[in-house]
Amino acid sequence: MDNVIMNNLDYPILSWTVLLPVFGSLLLLFMQNARAVRWTALIFTLLTFAISLPLLTQFDKGTHLMQFVEKHEWIPSWGINYIIGIDGISILFVFLTTILSILCVLVSWNSINTRVREFHIAILAMEAAMVGVFVSLDFFLFYLFWEAMLIPMFLLIGVWGGANKLYASIKFFLYTLVGSVLMLVGIVVLYFAGGKTLDILTLSTLSLPMGLQFWLFLAFFAAFAVKVPMFPVHTWLPDAHTEAPTAGSVILAGVLIKMGAYGFLRFSMPMLPDATRLFIPVLMVLSVVAIIYGALVCFAQKDFKRLIAYSSVSHMGFVTLGLFAMNTQGVEGGILQMINHGIITGAMFLMIGMIYERTHTRVISEYGGFAKIVPWYAGLFCILTFASVGLPGTNGFVGEFLIIFGAFKAKQIIGVLSALGIILGAGYMLRLYQDIFFQDAAPDFEKKGKHPVWDLDMREVLTLAPLLLLVFWIGFYPNTFLSYMHASVEHLISRVNYTAYAGQENLIAKYIMEIF
Amino acid sequence: MNTEVGISLRDAIPFIPELVIICTGLIAMMLDLVVRKKGPVAAFVVFGTLVAGYAMCKLNGFNEPQSAFLNMFILDGYAGFFKLIFFINLILTVCISYRYMIIEKSSYGEYYSLLTFATAGMMVMASATDLITLYLGLELMALSTYILAGLMRNDRRSNEAALKYFFLGAFSSAFLLYGISLTYGMTGTTNLNEISATIQNLNIAGNPILFLGLIFIMTAFAFKIALAPFHMWAPDVYEGAPTSVTAFMSVGPKAAGFAVLGRVLFEAFGSMQVQWTNILIPLALLTMAVGSIVALSQTNIKRMLAYSSVAHASYMLLGVIAGTPAGLVSTINYLLIYTFMNIGAFAIVILLRSEGFQGQDLDDYRGLAKSNPLAAALMLVFMFSLTGIPPTAGFIGKFYVFMELINADKTYLAVIAVAFSAISAFFYLRVVMYMYMKDSDEPRTISCSPSMNVALAVTALMVIVLGIYPEPVLNYVKTVVFG
Repeated sequence: MDNVIMNNLDYPILSWTVLLPVFGSLLLLFMQNARAVRWTALIFTLLTFAISLPLLTQFDKGTHLMQFVEKHEWIPSWGINYIIGIDGISILFVFLTTILSILCVLVSWNSINTRVREFHIAILAMEAAMVGVFVSLDFFLFYLFWEAMLIPMFLLIGVWGGANKLYASIKFFLYTLVGSVLMLVGIVVLYFAGGKTLDILTLSTLSLPMGLQFWLFLAFFAAFAVKVPMFPVHTWLPDAHTEAPTAGSVILAGVLIKMGAYGFLRFSMPMLPDATRLFIPVLMVLSVVAIIYGALVCFAQKDFKRLIAYSSVSHMGFVTLGLFAMNTQGVEGGILQMINHGIITGAMFLMIGMIYERTHTRVISEYGGFAKIVPWYAGLFCILTFASVGLPGTNGFVGEFLIIFGAFKAKQIIGVLSALGIILGAGYMLRLYQDIFFQDAAPDFEKKGKHPVWDLDMREVLTLAPLLLLVFWIGFYPNTFLSYMHASVEHLISRVNYTAYAGQENLIAKYIMEIF
Repeated sequence: MNTEVGISLRDAIPFIPELVIICTGLIAMMLDLVVRKKGPVAAFVVFGTLVAGYAMCKLNGFNEPQSAFLNMFILDGYAGFFKLIFFINLILTVCISYRYMIIEKSSYGEYYSLLTFATAGMMVMASATDLITLYLGLELMALSTYILAGLMRNDRRSNEAALKYFFLGAFSSAFLLYGISLTYGMTGTTNLNEISATIQNLNIAGNPILFLGLIFIMTAFAFKIALAPFHMWAPDVYEGAPTSVTAFMSVGPKAAGFAVLGRVLFEAFGSMQVQWTNILIPLALLTMAVGSIVALSQTNIKRMLAYSSVAHASYMLLGVIAGTPAGLVSTINYLLIYTFMNIGAFAIVILLRSEGFQGQDLDDYRGLAKSNPLAAALMLVFMFSLTGIPPTAGFIGKFYVFMELINADKTYLAVIAVAFSAISAFFYLRVVMYMYMKDSDEPRTISCSPSMNVALAVTALMVIVLGIYPEPVLNYVKTVVFG
């Protein structure tokens, strides 16, 4: 393998990052005591994070090649190998996953009291599968992690979820499954088209016939678009996010929905560059629809958590818009915004979970005057609100700015419309903030009310601190993170823009006519 | 071999595994008269099966096919692998049924003998290279399973199941005989290889009467495999029969049906592939639709698993439809995986049956995760495996079949199949949902036994191991079948 950089550390760092949570969950099988279970889960998530840190420091930012690559024979009968590695696109997601997993354990410390052991097994299994998705360099391995993740997520929503959990969990499972199985057929077709291999790097250098690319793009689109989720297949998201327990919402919003966009970056774009260019207009329009539609729906929400869930639809619209702008600013903005959204929305779900533990309601109109009742909470939530709106100095600004810049470069009218989404975003977020924290204090929750509502404690502040730190870090000095992706993004864009059919749009039109 | 001499004692050599199994059945029957408890009988059957398995491996039929009885019988890799599946099926069934049959008050020694006789019939089917031997094996298997289905003499549903199975089975046997006689009429032989040669020599691949014969033969096989529209018996029989017998029947006769289907279609009617593919495709699609959609509305878990096994038969059939040896390999691989996951699922159903409690309703699974976390976790594994979610073996089975199907340029079938498998996910998920997400006030007692624990451990382990590292088995199936 000459086109990758093999892992030159003394130990298989990526395998450890995937396997440690698995070992942790196996260990938990034999534990009974809830306290011991929590500590073990925390230790394993911390260990996983610690072991993934050298990735950030040892990463060579100057190349687009895959790094820390490990390769072993796995299923030689099918020509399938166990290959894992990361490049500038995936490294930040691994980091995001390992950090959010720790916070998920922390935030569930007091709120999860039933079947504690099973809960933490599910969280650790999720972590392993999520890291696995981002580091897989074999399509089969990727699919394994991609699907395996459904099982713990289904249980997280269905067992520890809210009132409507059964409906939400089944809906989540079936939506994603239908998309995934269509991709599976695409994978097998690609397997034969690519000469009986599922090696991602090999497949990314193919020039497939246009007709085949067209159908494969649709098959992959089915899986990735549901996961993102793009308009109009987004309807599972509000239910799943709202009904999931806090940790589940954080994982869903923080990492899981990023996998769809990651799938576009890792598979659709480099493997099917011509079909990607063909579909870009459609995808950009869908993205803008998602941005504006998602934002408008937010105005109508009465449920705190559901509002944030719908705002994800809008924000993920920005992400896909950036990716499909297909220029440096757009793609880098899209990737950065994925990280940002994971941080901001992840933190918001954490905070919603914290306040829900105290008030046991998520209905916005039952809140009010909380700035007086829980001042620290209000202050921290204020920061997140501004980050979500995209105020300069926060990470949201950097991401959205880059995306809109990229969108303007690609197509002006799209840029204008997406900017409209930012204004709407400011509208619903500020109104939410006003309804919850200002106005008259809600009678139920004043000091003498039936539920005592206390301010954040040390554990909760510690849970939020890393995310808030990242909000400002990316806000003031995004280059720390952008520098990781430059080389990989440039390589990707050149791959999509210069291939066999580049500049032959008439030819492509002819192919399309042939298909129908 | 000198055909004048006819059959010599040497012909018995490849037949040794069958002989061992039949003797095991006979001795078990005698043993039953001597010992009061059925434990030794069951143990003896397991022992006999292991001996038969050992004998089969010693005969080395995998590498050098050995035919006998004037080319009516063959021990080759193809037959050998199917026999392996039958042995696994028999041992696992005995393991899960010992305690259960006592609870059902039907713990007769004949039960174990009949299981072995049915297995012997399946083995003959897998090895048959002549339509007559095939029929012989099929009837031995069928007659044994009719009795097994009605073993709970005092249970009306069990009686109904046996009767229904018998009548419909008799019909299917009649179809088979009619098909055989038509084929014989056109080709003048019942030997599979000679049929194939005659069809080519006389150039009668397009002959309508021969085609009719093929259709009748396939109809009979479709009955055994429970392909729609010949699946009607399956839900009633599966529901009425003792659960352990249901587990046995959902794997054994199905696998045997595929064994003969594969051999007859590929060896005898290879030159009529276009015709039989055109019959099998609508059959597979219909089976898929019926199995997946009707299962959605079932509340009895045995009925649901019955429809699920109907749906699974259609996925296995896809490998045959691919029409290549590799496609057949994928079907066999699927059958092996299906054996483990399906018997595992039935084992859990049996686990819930205790004195005075049927445990067959979906409602009985409420809150199982709380009262019996381990049983629930195992059922979860089996359900996701039946759905085909990685990293369980069910996914590997489906993936292989789809792979060979797409390799044979039948991508549209694969698309339809995955769509139905997504639909079928719902009813498997529902079981998980009842176990994990609904609560129950009633305490659950489960009827554990050491042999049951072994069976559950083996099935669960295989489902997970084959899901994560399938290479050894894939490689083995491939080399065994291709020789």
